[in-house]
Amino acid sequence: MNVEDSAAQIVKEFSLFDDWMDKYNYLIEMGKSLPLIDEKYKTDQYLISGCQSRVWVSAELVDGKVVFKADSDAVITKGIVNLLIRVFSNQPPEDIIDADLSFIDEIGLKEHLSPTRSNGLVSMIKQMKLYAVVFKTKLKDQGA
Amino acid sequence: MNFDVQQIRKDFPALHQEIYGRPLVYFDNAATSQKPQVVIDRISEYYRTINSNVHRGVHHLSQQATDAFESSRNHIQQYINAQHAREVVITKGATDSINLVASSFGQKYLKQGDEVIISSLEHHANIVPWQVICEKTGAQLKVIPLTESSTLDLQAFQKMLNKKTKIVAVGHISNALGVVNPIREIIEMAHDFDIPVMVDGAQGIVHEKVDVQALDCDFYCFSSHKFYGPMGVGVLYGKTYWLSAMPPYQTGGEMIKSVTFEKTTYNDLPFKFETGTPNVADVIGFESAIKYIEDIGIAHIKTYEDDLLEYGIQKLKAIDGLRILAEGAPKAGVISFLLKDIHPYDAGTIIDKFGIAVRTGNHCAQPVMDLLEVPGSIRASMAFYNTREEIDRLVEAILKVREMFA
Ligand SMILES: Cc1ncc(COP(=O)(O)O)c(C=O)c1O
Repeated sequence: MNVEDSAAQIVKEFSLFDDWMDKYNYLIEMGKSLPLIDEKYKTDQYLISGCQSRVWVSAELVDGKVVFKADSDAVITKGIVNLLIRVFSNQPPEDIIDADLSFIDEIGLKEHLSPTRSNGLVSMIKQMKLYAVVFKTKLKDQGA
Repeated sequence: MNFDVQQIRKDFPALHQEIYGRPLVYFDNAATSQKPQVVIDRISEYYRTINSNVHRGVHHLSQQATDAFESSRNHIQQYINAQHAREVVITKGATDSINLVASSFGQKYLKQGDEVIISSLEHHANIVPWQVICEKTGAQLKVIPLTESSTLDLQAFQKMLNKKTKIVAVGHISNALGVVNPIREIIEMAHDFDIPVMVDGAQGIVHEKVDVQALDCDFYCFSSHKFYGPMGVGVLYGKTYWLSAMPPYQTGGEMIKSVTFEKTTYNDLPFKFETGTPNVADVIGFESAIKYIEDIGIAHIKTYEDDLLEYGIQKLKAIDGLRILAEGAPKAGVISFLLKDIHPYDAGTIIDKFGIAVRTGNHCAQPVMDLLEVPGSIRASMAFYNTREEIDRLVEAILKVREMFA
């Protein structure tokens, strides 16, 4: 699945819920299935600032695609970062950089997108896109 | 007097709204309180009528605005029982007041090897300004430790006092835990060594009567906005002796007597510390808040709040897996708690969806959270317009959180 398909899939899943409680229950479920990073990455270097809970995100390049893993000490945050990982992980850097994130609005989590929210969703997105930029440069250098 | 909470609630327009389709429960009063209608009216009346700059115009409006401004100062003076109006410096807030003391007192009295004492329970606003001035002057910052029951360890404090100690800066009531500090004892102990004491009263003045002469504190700082008044206004009470001796904090207009390019003579107290155009409307609005509190009576407020707090503690304590921080310590207005090992952020997100405003995180008091080895807490902070029914709603939300994160 590419970025667009994954995002559409998430929107479809969330459309099944009509009340906030179901939505959050689902986020909590998603939090539990997050691909966890290795404990050794849970250091300040991988910590995303601007979150009330701690979130660590790591990225590596596998066969030209970026693989993200993450962890957080808050479950809802884990759920949110897992949504991003489902959309971003295993995609070429370029697609991540260009990704349209309107799906977050569509699933009714727009309130989390404001840069002043303490969950740091915006910081997570920024960090993940930054990883993609770095890998893109790296690929270019290798390709040359 | 009959304390009728339903009647009182009618005075606070912001309490009457729905959040996510439920009636708002406002339990974030330690962050800022809601404002009674009389305060809102006073501010808007000011802008509709006597708006003009203070202390400088001979014209009618300017004199009226100046009178209203000084009337507010006099009222604050009476309320805290300061000896003179000149001992009441108007600032932007508690943070501003503390910075003023740290900077001006520090500049005059601190040097290499001196010591400043704060406590483990401080808000960042009463930590960082002291760290900065200590760094500048070479003084050392000492911290009163906590006892097992999360109260300040006065025995340890006694041992920390010595000839090198130049000032003690301690909070009246902790914002993060609600612990009421024994400031009277602390002041007496410090005064035995002739050491002045600054009290951070941002939370203190809200919950009990403050009489600065009876306390004999040397400085007392607070914010209007946590005390039912407008934002952007604070107070620094300081004894004349200290305020006269201290150099100005900021410089500019209003705080001077005469200026030539060679020399400036500073104005008298309190104007020496009040530079630039003050927040006139909100200073005047603050007087309305104080009058409002006086009409109800802080003693009645305290009785009601203590009862509500006790009710809340009993209800919350009964929840399986809920842990109240600093549980046995004397408290005012605040229940700071954790639910099993659920992250405060997770709990707060769900509680919010019930239309209940609580605060989660470290409450700008990271050191004490570190000492208690918790990642932060969920804090319900109450005011006299809160009710038992609202506590019951919080309990309902907490039970839901526990179920969702089981
Ligand atoms: C104990 C304490 N001190 C200082 C402050 C700072 O007050 P302000 O932000 O109004 O300057 C607060 C505010 O949360 C507080 O609770």
